[in-house]
Amino acid sequence: MIAEPLWEVFVRPRRGLSHTHVGSLHAPDAAMALRNARDLYTRRQEGVSIWVVPADAITASSPDEKDAFFDPAADKVYRHPTFYPVPDGAPHL
Amino acid sequence: MSEPLFEYLLRRGDDCLITAQRLGEWYAGAHEMEEDVALANIALDQLGTARLLLTYAGEIEGAGRDEDALAYLRDDREFRNCLLAELPNGDFGHTIVRLLFLSAYQSLLYDRTAEADGVDERWAAIAAKARKESAYHLDHSAQWTVRLGDGTDESHRRMRDAVDALWPYTGELFESETTGGRAIDPATLRTGWLSTVEPVLAEATLTPPVGGWTPEGGRRGVHTEHLGLLLAELQSLHRAHPGATW
Repeated sequence: MIAEPLWEVFVRPRRGLSHTHVGSLHAPDAAMALRNARDLYTRRQEGVSIWVVPADAITASSPDEKDAFFDPAADKVYRHPTFYPVPDGAPHL
Repeated sequence: MSEPLFEYLLRRGDDCLITAQRLGEWYAGAHEMEEDVALANIALDQLGTARLLLTYAGEIEGAGRDEDALAYLRDDREFRNCLLAELPNGDFGHTIVRLLFLSAYQSLLYDRTAEADGVDERWAAIAAKARKESAYHLDHSAQWTVRLGDGTDESHRRMRDAVDALWPYTGELFESETTGGRAIDPATLRTGWLSTVEPVLAEATLTPPVGGWTPEGGRRGVHTEHLGLLLAELQSLHRAHPGATW
């Protein structure tokens, strides 16, 4: 048997929120992937909108590149607003 | 004979119950887990509608039979489902073509019933609930019909076999029924059904057979030998342990 392609599923739980990755599934094409997603991920009223994306269309950061990608952010506290003292008399910051 | 609406609801409810049982047989047997879930969902929808219909039919009959008594304690000659519903699943193509034919029928019937004037109020309410589910059953089977019919040589051959084998059984769906003026006569659905099913078959590069035999009898309790075996599996637990729950 030829395995059906893999799809990543994103569901928007309700209006105003963004689509969130919920999992993946197999389907022969996009239309069927959407229907399978409906059965697998929204049967308990989890969402109001579904996106399906071919899994191989996603470019992901590699675990090997973790240090180069994410570590430099760790010691740059000035990137966070809490680094800066709030001057007295600035009420709405 | 009994109240016409009782017979009418029994036919609709038995179509759903037997379809649910057949689809349930696919569980863990489809080609992908996703399809297992899809068919099981459809089976549960059908079962839910069967429960509403059999419960209401039992109330109309007024003999104290509830949904369980009607589902578990009737013999095959007392069942009123169409022959199409009870035929063995066959391969996936057969199952899909049967679901296409049946859900196109149910979808149309529920739509008309929910919208018509003068239909029995509770039957119309059941139809209004079932129509959304039924539209999805039709969509699912139509999607697969197109993919398999217009797929590989092998999938096309299997779908052609399925259409040839099952088409004759669709004649029975449109037998005229006594409704007491409180339900839609299935005989009025044939044109609408054809205009739903034929474009799907055409897109799937499939053609229905012309002429030939049109088996019937299910609506009068004259069934194929397959129904007895299905009921044995469906009913054995309840008959061995009446009222068992878990």
